[in-house]
Amino acid sequence: MSFHLILFLAFGAVCVGGAVNLLAQRHPINSALSLIAVMAALAGEYLLLGAEFVAAVQVIVYAGAIMVLFVFVIMLLNAGEEEETKGSRVAILLGVPGVLTGSVLVAWVVLRHSGTESVAIGALPGHPADIAQLLFHDFLLPFEVTSVLILIAIMGAVVLASKPEATARKVD
Amino acid sequence: MVPSYVPLSYYLLLSGFLFACGVVGFLIKRNIITIFMSIELMLNGVNLSFVAFAAHWHALAGQVFVFFVMVVAAAEAAVGLAIIIAVYRTRETLNVDQVNLLKL
Repeated sequence: MSFHLILFLAFGAVCVGGAVNLLAQRHPINSALSLIAVMAALAGEYLLLGAEFVAAVQVIVYAGAIMVLFVFVIMLLNAGEEEETKGSRVAILLGVPGVLTGSVLVAWVVLRHSGTESVAIGALPGHPADIAQLLFHDFLLPFEVTSVLILIAIMGAVVLASKPEATARKVD
Repeated sequence: MVPSYVPLSYYLLLSGFLFACGVVGFLIKRNIITIFMSIELMLNGVNLSFVAFAAHWHALAGQVFVFFVMVVAAAEAAVGLAIIIAVYRTRETLNVDQVNLLKL
């Protein structure tokens, strides 16, 4: 067993555990913390795939900025434990076997058809310079459109989150 | 650098598992914030398969796509959380079962 495979399995175990914990926890802050663990472990997987820059951005943007926003909103709204839901018996009877069958089928197909092919680790260094070359030449138009998207998102967030009476006063 | 190998299928299975966990969380969770976090989990699962395929096909464009997904996720999180704050302000609840009308 190669060292990379051991690292892959370790980070993958953290990912799987965090994702299952996100579903199992009832309090949103616990779910948020397990999601941060998933994202940090995913950054490790990106490093194994040779995508250093993506790994750094994953930690800074996802595990940093976006999750801080989530935790901030959870604390701002003082979100408590979520209430028990009445589970539908038909959903459990049909859903659980369906999910198990589907996942086994997908796993079998994926392992069968791409089992011999391999990812060469370190063969594709994700240097920021190469990525910048792509981003600012080949994908220049999407990049510029993205800036408009972010501008609209900022304005939308400010308008939506501001107090209703403050917005009404501005309209008047 | 000594090349060592992890099969592409392992990355795809992990990515599929994360996406499936996101779908299940989206369906079974009742707290609107946790539902939102499940969507982020789905996006992360897709990002992992983008990076794995980028490494597999030696196409750096896959990593650029991940940045676009991250940008959309950030914009979506900002607007979505603002909507959650607005919903909480008018309904005083985060339970999606009690948010079943567009009209107050």
